[in-house]
Amino acid sequence: MRFSIYRFDPDKDSQPYMQDYVLDEAKIWPGMMLLDALLELKAQDETLSFRRSCQEGVCGSDGMNINGRNGLACITPLASLKTPIELRPMPAQPVIRDLIVDLTQFYTQYRAAKPYLINEDPEPEVERLQSPAEREQLDGLYECILCACCSTSCPSFWWNPDKFLGPAALLQSWRFLADSRDQATDLRLDELEGPFKLFRCHTIMNCVEVCPKGLNPTRAIGRIKDLMLKRSM
Amino acid sequence: MSLPRRKFDTLIIGAGGGGLRAALQLSQAEARVAVVSKVFPTRSHTVAAQGGVNAALANVLPDNWHWHMFDTVKGSDYLGDQDAIEYMCRAAPRVVYELEHMGVPFSRLDNGKIYQRAFGGQSRNFGGDQAARTCAAADRTGHAILHSLYQQNIRARTHFFDEFFAIDLLRDPEGNVLGALVLEIATGEPLVIEAKTVLLATGGAGQLFRTNTNALINTGDGMAMALRAGIPLQDMEFFQFHPTGIAGKGMLITEGVRGEGGYLLNGEGERFMERYAPKAKDLASRDVVSRAIYTEVREGRGCGPDKDHVLLKLDHLGVDVVAKRLPGIRETVKTFLYLDPAETPIPVYPTAHYTMGGIPTNRHGQVVVPEHNGPEEPVLGLYAAGECACVSVHGANRLGGNSLLDILVFGRAAANHIIGELKQNRYHRPMNDDSVDQAMARLSRWDRRDGSETVDGLKRELQTVMEQHCGVFRNEEILKEGVAKVVELEARMQGAYIKDHSKVFNTARIEALELENLMDIALATVCSALERRESRGAHSRVDHPERDDVHWMRHSLFHKDGRRMDYKPVRIKPISVEPFPPKKRVY
Repeated sequence: MRFSIYRFDPDKDSQPYMQDYVLDEAKIWPGMMLLDALLELKAQDETLSFRRSCQEGVCGSDGMNINGRNGLACITPLASLKTPIELRPMPAQPVIRDLIVDLTQFYTQYRAAKPYLINEDPEPEVERLQSPAEREQLDGLYECILCACCSTSCPSFWWNPDKFLGPAALLQSWRFLADSRDQATDLRLDELEGPFKLFRCHTIMNCVEVCPKGLNPTRAIGRIKDLMLKRSM
Repeated sequence: MSLPRRKFDTLIIGAGGGGLRAALQLSQAEARVAVVSKVFPTRSHTVAAQGGVNAALANVLPDNWHWHMFDTVKGSDYLGDQDAIEYMCRAAPRVVYELEHMGVPFSRLDNGKIYQRAFGGQSRNFGGDQAARTCAAADRTGHAILHSLYQQNIRARTHFFDEFFAIDLLRDPEGNVLGALVLEIATGEPLVIEAKTVLLATGGAGQLFRTNTNALINTGDGMAMALRAGIPLQDMEFFQFHPTGIAGKGMLITEGVRGEGGYLLNGEGERFMERYAPKAKDLASRDVVSRAIYTEVREGRGCGPDKDHVLLKLDHLGVDVVAKRLPGIRETVKTFLYLDPAETPIPVYPTAHYTMGGIPTNRHGQVVVPEHNGPEEPVLGLYAAGECACVSVHGANRLGGNSLLDILVFGRAAANHIIGELKQNRYHRPMNDDSVDQAMARLSRWDRRDGSETVDGLKRELQTVMEQHCGVFRNEEILKEGVAKVVELEARMQGAYIKDHSKVFNTARIEALELENLMDIALATVCSALERRESRGAHSRVDHPERDDVHWMRHSLFHKDGRRMDYKPVRIKPISVEPFPPKKRVY
């Protein structure tokens, strides 16, 4: 099986380049995932660099651009991919090395969304109550694994990574706005005012298309916009 | 050698649940905390915990902490320290409520309280009917907890060193811990972090075994750092094999599946756990269920063309329950097996899962060693919590739902003790340059450009040796061969080299350092297993099938120096209640 993989080591390369790799058919097993193949290729050439950890799609380490589409290598079946398989780092982020990108901007925007519960009431001795229906509002939001597949496939985030929060951070913004226990609705909405942080979303929906967890940031962004509209009326 | 230096009150190594719970406690107390993690915090392995965290909230069925304590002592096969177990079980409701206040999206009951499910080894009234003690956020509880803890640390402005790899602890000749040498992975630059106290929270070593449920980062780095600093590891022979990993692949299928009413079937369609555990059946302790599956397969009653696994059936639960309570494992099974567990049973087999042993600590998280004044003298400035530590609350076998509890309770307890310590020790001790040089030597060893062995090749061999020689069932001969083989691999590792010498994000070098760590822990595990000539909890010796409380109700301590074994008594006296004396363990 043939691969074409983006290589760049600033320690020795002046320019990035694409390198061809071949994985022996004998090493391929039914149900093999792309990450398994990458680990085999790394055994052949240990300079090939990428992040990985859980191998089952929950840690969010191995986001990369796979045949032109962002995804997680560990839950992408090899058999689903056209060869030669072209692997590149996630788009529009500074490349540290090979498939490893610098996610500083992504994490900065995540922090800017105040991704934590704010509740200033005295703490009860037991749990705060939340009905199953209220809790259900968080489904499809809290499962985000911060792999950055969505934000790095979003043209609005490419153009304004410092001003537009991006789909992942906005999904978290809505996760807390939607939480019956959170009391900071006004603060959260105030901070999203203006033309960039929220409103740069043009519903291109690449985020929905690529999310490996099947989440829908575009819908969450729409809900925030609705809430803002309601508040201004 | 002059290296860049940073100074903090406390250095925490590891950003899983234990490290982050401690960091939060310390940041909120306005200590200066640095958290060093080789991966971005939310990539830590706590994220993969599924089923939930145990606490006697009594939201579903009557419950109290004393019953939880009994189950944990019994589950540990009486090797757990009863003071620490009492402390953990009493603290459990409080730490879970704290999590809820932090924003963890627990599943809810109709009355709005936290949802709790049944899990293995749980009972009401000291061995009576099944309890429902495991607080869950669907089957993504670890993810929900880890993300919430990270988020609260953002709010508390904890200082993170993301993607820094800890090389070694720094100590002065008197044995005080002064900090650690760490490596910034992105640049390849070493950094000395000085701290008045250091907390190791680096997790387990599931990568010891070829088929495991663990992330690739679980290489026991903190345990190996402790060994190299002259600290022994405790009870390393006790390694948990989870009964239900996906057969041949290893992905974890939560015990919550059986807690929700799923059960195991052999090749004859028989619900075989009824024979092994007439009362608890599929919710017996993990060691019991793993041995049962292994025995069924060995005796020819496995499933599939090769009769090499059993089936976990949950299709009778209905699509709604599966979708609502077990969405994560449904997704995993669909992804990796192309089948829907709401319709088709899952092929499962026991899979390496959890390191019960680790760095010996007391219930305040202080690392304790046998030195001048008895078997448990604190190492000044050093703490450990979570899977890398051995308090010991899990003894010879951990109960499902107690690992998330362990990291929360003892992460918090260690932080509280550190806060007291910081008040008494206001200044950093002088740095010891010899210690820095030694740690640097470990790093520069991998600069060599030729050799005869590869890191990847040795790791694969090591994992195979451990699987074949230190698995579910063990005996003298197999273990002796195992020790010899690991010793040989360790010798061959001296001839290993890497081809990548770039300074930038050099993952080959990190994997080499991880292999060294795994090698130390493999030796600790297989040597401790050889010496323990009885069967207790997860350690099953077919040549010594009975538990031997007279000779072996004691903790093992493995020293790296000379591969020496040492022992210390189990703390059987709880804090405030009567001890639970050892009894025959039936489920």
